[in-house]
Amino acid sequence: MTAEQIIFLIVAVVTLVAALSVVISRNLIHSALWLILTLFGVAIFYVLLEAGFFAVIQVIVYIGAIAILFIFAAMLTRRVMQDTGPQSNTNWWIGALIALFLLAGIVFILLSWRGSTTPLAELENQSGRLSQLGLSLVSPDQYVLPFELASVLLVAGMIGAIFVAGDKKQ
Amino acid sequence: MIPLSWYLIFAAALFCIGLYGVLARKNAIGILMGIELMLNSVNVNLIAFWRYRAPNGIAGQAFAIIVFAVAAAEVAVGLALIISIYRRRSSVVADEMNLMKW
Amino acid sequence: MNFISDPVTFIANWLNNLLTSWGLSQAVVTVILKFIGAGIVGAFGFALVIFTIWLERKLYGRIQDRLGPNRVGPWGIFQTVPDIIKIFTKEYITPVGADKIVYNLAPILSVSAVLLTWAVIPFAPTIVGTEVNVGVLYLVAVGAIGALGIILAGWSSNNKYSLLGSFRAVAQVVSYEVPMVLALLVPVLLGRSMGINSLVNAQSVWFIVLSPIAALIFFTSSMAEVGRAPFDLLEADSELVAGYQTEYSGLKFGMFYVGEFLHAFTISALTVTLFFGGWRGPWAVQVPLLGVVWFFIKSFIVYYVVVLIRISMPRLRIDQMLNFNWKFLTPLALVLLIATAIVDKTFFTLLPGLNLLEIAIPWVRAGVHLVMNLLLILVTIQLLKSYRIKRILVVAKPRPVAVAPEPPASVIS
Repeated sequence: MTAEQIIFLIVAVVTLVAALSVVISRNLIHSALWLILTLFGVAIFYVLLEAGFFAVIQVIVYIGAIAILFIFAAMLTRRVMQDTGPQSNTNWWIGALIALFLLAGIVFILLSWRGSTTPLAELENQSGRLSQLGLSLVSPDQYVLPFELASVLLVAGMIGAIFVAGDKKQ
Repeated sequence: MIPLSWYLIFAAALFCIGLYGVLARKNAIGILMGIELMLNSVNVNLIAFWRYRAPNGIAGQAFAIIVFAVAAAEVAVGLALIISIYRRRSSVVADEMNLMKW
Repeated sequence: MNFISDPVTFIANWLNNLLTSWGLSQAVVTVILKFIGAGIVGAFGFALVIFTIWLERKLYGRIQDRLGPNRVGPWGIFQTVPDIIKIFTKEYITPVGADKIVYNLAPILSVSAVLLTWAVIPFAPTIVGTEVNVGVLYLVAVGAIGALGIILAGWSSNNKYSLLGSFRAVAQVVSYEVPMVLALLVPVLLGRSMGINSLVNAQSVWFIVLSPIAALIFFTSSMAEVGRAPFDLLEADSELVAGYQTEYSGLKFGMFYVGEFLHAFTISALTVTLFFGGWRGPWAVQVPLLGVVWFFIKSFIVYYVVVLIRISMPRLRIDQMLNFNWKFLTPLALVLLIATAIVDKTFFTLLPGLNLLEIAIPWVRAGVHLVMNLLLILVTIQLLKSYRIKRILVVAKPRPVAVAPEPPASVIS
């Protein structure tokens, strides 16, 4: 067990326990806080995978914007200050069974796949990676089309959210 | 050296926990949190595959960036819809939004 | 390097050799040294706050034509120590119904968001906490964690006014992040890198000459992020009690207080690093200790400006603040970013055409960018003048005045 593997196991266990608390917790704001811990654990995984840029983007976009949106929405849609009662609906055991079967199926396929033991190659071109990524998002023979479509989607989402949730003053 | 299968099994577990959240939560905001967990697990999968199988390419990274943007847009619109529904019906329990059922 | 010119690297190497000669492996020694370094940076941040609080109170006093603290120690320099002792010994009052874990976590998040920023600021060519090649994005990410601490503080206090105060505070912080990030992209564009070390190394001409508008936008939105006057609606005593800090007492309030002062000094340090050349100065490369001296001199000058602005300007309302951000700063930052990109690309495309000396190229580039910025300022002022709100008439129009009728002639005797 190298040090890296121990770190991986600790972070994986913490993240999975936090994710479980997100879907089981009774208090909605506590769920949002456990979600923040899960997102932070995923950011640590990006650092382990030598994708530091994505770790920082994860913290900015998910924790800094989306998690705050969740907390705001949870605060704005409550009638009393405390939540009571169970948070799972009546057929929750069917959902648990489906999730467990799916997990078992995926793990079985992964363990019998030859490519799971791919060796880790060294990353060349360490310093030019960011500019390579940036160029690939705007060059016409690479990924400029999904990039432009994503920006149109973001504008449409912004306008839609303002229109749907805005106050309609008469 | 961490085998690729460890990352993929972790991502699969996160995806299944998110799936349970979507199927079993009453509150609509709780369902959206389950969707966020699934999108995060997909991103971990993409970056792990990029790092182990094609580290000199750029497709995995570009795909992951687009997933970030789509997740952010979807959360914004979803929460706006939930707030608008709360204004009319004073409830965010998913079972009670049944006006379009037969 | 010897001890005089670079004490930090000298001590780090000496400790490294000492610990490896005791038999520990290199990896463990590296981890231990990094922990010691992180502890030193944290302690240094708090020690700095003691000095900056005294400086601010003295400046306040002098500008308001009074003396400021002058009893405890010569010129009152030890005044902060009794204040700290007072805050330490106050009682912790936790409100009934507060969520205990979140209530205690919020001040910790607020302070750690500020301390984490000090990990990437270079004090000298060889003295830097850690070198991340996405340092500029790291700064934005850490600011987002600070916003999280504020909303948790407001919600966990079980108090309507704290909740309202924290909503307003988060609206302000999250709104002003947008022009801050856009203004941060201008040095990244000009310096061709996102790592802060590389940005300082690329400033043979200081970036404030190349782009004063970006420096001003960054400075203004950072002050709004901290919550300093004139953007200090959140902590004003006459507004919403004390905002999200209402229910905190004792050391927990002390942490918010210290965190805010340290954040104010941190933004001065960041402005200096990104726009005023950081540790650059005469002989800074040969003698790294001199780099630290230049850095702190420049940071304290910028902090002096921050305190002056706080003392002399009235407070803005929340709607004036948000209008200023979304209707003025964000469009200006976007236009500036596009204009800087176009001018820089055009300059480097036309460069082989003009025959310039090697040494004059950065200065000519600086001149071109400065001219573009001044043109933008002129255009902005013209636009602002033409859209000015017509002044509301204060004097009312003349109204008919009641006049007593003439008495009939028979009454006059």
